Amino acid sequence: MVSTFKLQTYPMPKNTAPVAYDSKIEGNVTFTKLDAAINWMRSNSLWPMPMGLACCGIELMATGASRFDISRFGMEVMRFSPRQSDVMIVAGTVTYKMALAVKRIYDQMVEPKWVIAMGACASSGGMYRSYAVLQGIDKLLPVDVYISGCPPRPEALLEGLMKLQNKIKTEQSFVEQKKALLSKIK
Amino acid sequence: MNSTEAADTLGARFENSIISTVYFRNEISIEIKLEQSFEILSYCKEKLNFDYLVDITAVDNLGNDPRYEVVYEIYSYQHSCHLRLKTGVSESDREAISVVDLWPTANWHEREAYDMLGVTFKGHPDMRRILMWEGYPYYPLRKDFPLAGKASEMPDVAFSEPVPLDGGPFVTSPCSASTDKREPRSREIIS
Repeated sequence: MVSTFKLQTYPMPKNTAPVAYDSKIEGNVTFTKLDAAINWMRSNSLWPMPMGLACCGIELMATGASRFDISRFGMEVMRFSPRQSDVMIVAGTVTYKMALAVKRIYDQMVEPKWVIAMGACASSGGMYRSYAVLQGIDKLLPVDVYISGCPPRPEALLEGLMKLQNKIKTEQSFVEQKKALLSKIK
Repeated sequence: MNSTEAADTLGARFENSIISTVYFRNEISIEIKLEQSFEILSYCKEKLNFDYLVDITAVDNLGNDPRYEVVYEIYSYQHSCHLRLKTGVSESDREAISVVDLWPTANWHEREAYDMLGVTFKGHPDMRRILMWEGYPYYPLRKDFPLAGKASEMPDVAFSEPVPLDGGPFVTSPCSASTDKREPRSREIIS
């Protein structure tokens, strides 16, 4: 006996647009690497921790405002809680008095996390060759991207964040994060 | 009343406590004895209406005796005039007299002077550092403190390291030369 299966279609009700379901895309399958998928999600949803310590903080605010619009790149969710953020933007002069507070906030951030040294002071101490100023936040934290400028323009910060996105896309995120699990499997 | 009259009044009232009165470019600096400094400043505020304490700073005259000098800049809004009072503080005492009771704003000025030069103020309600962290072992604006700073370590609080000064420090030379000569240049470190 030969059975025939006939796809039954129903007409779309009038005045109703399909909202959450798109039959042309839904159900299709995309093949990719796990790392690529994780990195794609991470890099397009960076939640910055705005560590505004000096005038660079003002440029950081400008980057978040409407004209430069950091949300074009999915990074607009500035969180003032380290528990909720994954990229610390160290914007400004890090004095020794503040340095260990910055370190502490970095330690409170959950993995995976990245650091951007924004401007001359955060990168190298800048013009403050002084007894009171830490000569670059990289003496305390692992910095991923350095942005030059005094202070850098918002475009430079966006460029730096895009550089960080590109860096995240090259990471072996799954292997790095699941080291313990992988060693058990082996 | 103007600054000159205020200085004359002080000179007459505290003849034995005033060491010198210097007139320079329409400003008057009166050097007073440390012991009577509170009394004189109190008189300035209560009787001469110097209601505004502009600033308290300290100077390190290394090699001189007394080594330190505490400078009070006071101003009267009522009379629109300014006075500068200085008092010497010896290296062995390193203690001036607090004027927080007269002008509450003196609180932070005196803390800064203490933080930078190590001069304490007798009668200050809260004699802590204000800019450097509590426990920092040096006083950075003293003349014998190197420009590059010194290493210090206080676990879990803070630390410091000397800064690299390659091609520096950058300094200006006061002179009447043109701008390109006067602008900051790196100068070799003489150690």
